[in-house]
Amino acid sequence: MTNFFFALVGRTVRLSLGAGGGAFVGLIFFLSVVAVVPFGVGPDMKLLARIGPAMLWIAALLATLLGLDRLFQDDRDDGSLDQFMLSGLPLELVVLAKAIGHWLATGLPLVLGAPVFGLILGMEAQAIGLVTLTLLIGTPALIFIGTIGAALITALRRGGLLVAILVLPFTIPVLIFGVSTITAATTTGMPVMNPMLILVALTMASAVIGPVAGAAALRAGMD
Amino acid sequence: MNKRQTRLSAETIAVSRGGRTIFEQVSFTLGAGEMLAVTGANGSGKSTLLRAVASLLPLAEGTIRFEHPGRDDATTAENVHYFGHLDGLKPGLSVRDNLALWAKFAGRAGLPAIEALEQVELDHLDDLPAGYLSAGQKRRASLARLLVVQRPIWLLDEPTSALDSRSEAIFGDLLAQHLGEGGLALAATHRPLPVESRATLALGAA
Repeated sequence: MTNFFFALVGRTVRLSLGAGGGAFVGLIFFLSVVAVVPFGVGPDMKLLARIGPAMLWIAALLATLLGLDRLFQDDRDDGSLDQFMLSGLPLELVVLAKAIGHWLATGLPLVLGAPVFGLILGMEAQAIGLVTLTLLIGTPALIFIGTIGAALITALRRGGLLVAILVLPFTIPVLIFGVSTITAATTTGMPVMNPMLILVALTMASAVIGPVAGAAALRAGMD
Repeated sequence: MNKRQTRLSAETIAVSRGGRTIFEQVSFTLGAGEMLAVTGANGSGKSTLLRAVASLLPLAEGTIRFEHPGRDDATTAENVHYFGHLDGLKPGLSVRDNLALWAKFAGRAGLPAIEALEQVELDHLDDLPAGYLSAGQKRRASLARLLVVQRPIWLLDEPTSALDSRSEAIFGDLLAQHLGEGGLALAATHRPLPVESRATLALGAA
């Protein structure tokens, strides 16, 4: 049973990193958004450094939503989802395994890329460190919340953009507390721990709610 | 395995999809080593019946019970192999890697992956990505899934479609072996099956 769970995590990672998997598209999209911002706001280093953390977070949020639509749809189309349901592993854990695999393939590269992109925006060392840390804590929450949307549109054809529209409003708390952790340290001088602990709480809560709600959505879509 | 007590029974089951009743008042009983052939016109609900037995679809009425001494804790879903229209293969992964995940299903361990592929005569293609296989080869790769983990009930939806006559004979041997070991099978089909079925359940056109 646990073997199947870890095998499913591993397979999700492999399929995501393989040809047509789309793991790197998210990272390149992340880079593109960050690289375009200085052209838009102009070469004001101070301004860039100030809005940098927010830009990185928004870019990471969009990049995360980009790859979610095929999370369960491919499995439904080729019959794998039927087999998952008969595998003996509760569907909630199947969803959790898929979400973890998806984070390892698409979320983790964003976290690792964030320090490099922070340099592009002229951010200070402390801000770069905090962006990386908050993304590490916060991107799992984005994926777990997104999993619910991905499960909901599984039965639909061409639901790609629909996931982003459905999920985006629910990710706003994660965005708020992710960015406010950084600004608390760099500009306002407020305590860092308070917003960061709320971010941790959001991730932990969504790690439970995401798989349960996602499994319910998949079951409802089987009819 | 106690052959006499293994029994799959459905009592007056009905399934509706999208508010429309596909079939109702269907009952059958199946014992160890027996196969039930499900026949009927297109759209009469053969696939729906198989999916309902696999508990992939909810029942509107009736009950499906599986009595199997020794494995009381397992649900019906954990006792069935569903061999449907879709092969469940990932085109980007090799045949062996595809099979490796299915081998970790709940159930008694069956043949090692390479031996299962030998049975369906695909062992020479085990490192080829599944996307390059022909329709019949994909079908056989999917058939190997039924061998790597032993489960007592086989639900076969048009099992011989896309198979050539040689593969059909192989499938017949595997099915006969499964039934001989006390397994059960439900097969929805239009074509004559390579193995004699105990009974035929004809579903009326909806």
